[in-house]
Amino acid sequence: MNAGGENLLEVTDLVKHFPVKRGVLIDREVDQVRAVDGISFSIPRGKTLGLVGESGSGKSTACRAVLQLIKPTSGSVRFEGEEIAGLSRRQMRPLRRQMQMIFQDPYASLNPRKRIGQIVADPLRRQGVASGSDLRRRVTQLLERVGLAGEHYDRYPHEFSGGQRQRIGIARALALEPKLVIADEPVSALDVSIQAQIVNLLDDLQDELGLTYLFVAHDIGVVRHISDRIAVMNEGRIVEQGSADQVCEHPTDPYTKKLLAAVPIPDPRESRARREPARD
Amino acid sequence: MSPAPLLSVNDLRVGFATEGGLLQAVDGVNFELRPGEVVAIVGESGSGKSVTAQTIMGLTRGHNARIEGSVRFGGEELLTAGDAEMRGLRGERIAMVFQDPMTSFNPVYRLGAQIVEAIRAHRPNTSKATARAAVVELFDAVGIPDAERRVDDYPHEFSGGMRQRAMIAMALALEPEVLIADEPTTALDVTIQAQILRLLEDLNRERNLATILITHDLGVVAEVADRVLVMYAGKVVEQGSLDEIFYDPQHPYTWGLLGSLTRLDRPRPRRLPQISGAPPSLLELPEGCPFRPRCPHEFSKCPQVPGLEARLPDAPQHCDRCWLTPEQKRQKRQVEGQIGLEAPA
Repeated sequence: MNAGGENLLEVTDLVKHFPVKRGVLIDREVDQVRAVDGISFSIPRGKTLGLVGESGSGKSTACRAVLQLIKPTSGSVRFEGEEIAGLSRRQMRPLRRQMQMIFQDPYASLNPRKRIGQIVADPLRRQGVASGSDLRRRVTQLLERVGLAGEHYDRYPHEFSGGQRQRIGIARALALEPKLVIADEPVSALDVSIQAQIVNLLDDLQDELGLTYLFVAHDIGVVRHISDRIAVMNEGRIVEQGSADQVCEHPTDPYTKKLLAAVPIPDPRESRARREPARD
Repeated sequence: MSPAPLLSVNDLRVGFATEGGLLQAVDGVNFELRPGEVVAIVGESGSGKSVTAQTIMGLTRGHNARIEGSVRFGGEELLTAGDAEMRGLRGERIAMVFQDPMTSFNPVYRLGAQIVEAIRAHRPNTSKATARAAVVELFDAVGIPDAERRVDDYPHEFSGGMRQRAMIAMALALEPEVLIADEPTTALDVTIQAQILRLLEDLNRERNLATILITHDLGVVAEVADRVLVMYAGKVVEQGSLDEIFYDPQHPYTWGLLGSLTRLDRPRPRRLPQISGAPPSLLELPEGCPFRPRCPHEFSKCPQVPGLEARLPDAPQHCDRCWLTPEQKRQKRQVEGQIGLEAPA
């Protein structure tokens, strides 16, 4: 049956250090930035792990190291039970279609000179999955599935709003029917009224397609909503992980507590009640 | 009694002539700001909140701008004030803090020197040494540790939060009466955001500074604002006190914004309540209420634009632009026991 048992992704002691080099002519390694410093987590099939942390915590580097977009310094990344850490580009290629990424900035992640249809069709064409009228039909279906219309096929990215562009990014990520989707801050650049639409769309797609998500964000409220489990990162390490409600309601790590206490409560009375005792 | 307003904005309208026609970025904004008070302007991108702030500062003037209405500041009309007069006012009496502290300082000059220059531009008689001492004091006041040494740092040597503090220090250098903060914490991590919000609050309290806070984040609003304006497609759709907006909101757009917030202090809903559709283009506004195409409660009166009026007998300062009666609103805004915007049929 499913290789790798119930976990689609298993990450063990993953480390990514960047060397700090100094010197004229000859670079000497003088120090290391421990961007990811030994993290372990696993994600069961069809579930969502939320990775939260502030800027510089190492969450984006962790995503890239998991996908082998950068070579991990050490550690293991098992996808469907198979070790992928250290695989060459060529060896990774057939696996790439099973793991896709959604990016933060819907303005920077779409090629402005390509039509929407082309953007979404590209992965299908490159992996040799579909061509001709079959390709067009599949792309149209994908566009409709993410809440766009078939007639958007021939338009350019600049004709779309931020939320619609993020839908295009999602359609492109789903084109190859991946098993794992890594979403790096997928809603933080969007307006408030649009964020909920995208979060709900990701939720629906997961139910329908059985997707597994690694959802990375700094907004704990959004992460808690979409995740089954949450891992909190600080300075390259996971300081706490557990079920989403457990981490948010009964945090045990001091950093998690500090992070949660800093999230504004959108309720003036509660916010006043929380601040007043702190002032005395 | 409340003190006299420091700043009063009356029927402010800002339009820009574009190739696609006249773009009405701000369409009728009214509010008053008193010393020590925080007025928040909330809205999404394109709602007109930043253009409102920039127009008060005289930063939107140009050959293609059509600015109408009135902005009075201490008896002076700012909209017709001369450029020299505005230059004297900016920084000196009304200061502004921007979202991005990364791009607001010149990277090749030391932070302290940039603020000293600003002080001496307005107060030529101040010696460099006096100005520098003032900057050290300001850095200290906004919570930059080791101020005496750090005034000589370059912007890149500061973290994002510290740079935002330095920008607030620069804004306060000339002891302005009004501070306009445009998304001052949006680029910052939450733990740093909390510190900056506390700092702004202390400044209001201790220096009686009046603040206009521009933000999209209702969580931030709940923490610091006294009064709130909710803007949508250039119009104020609702305005009132902080508690009125959060506990007795009258406009469906406000319900939608409140409903779509994720709350860590409540059990999570199965689905995140959402507002369907997207804000309209300002060049192709729908006829009537601008929120009509996204509103599940639309009815026969909505093709006419409702005025911004007080519709509740016991809350004369609480105004909104929605034709529904207060009773209908109370009923319709309840979605599964919370305030929200019901999903369209």
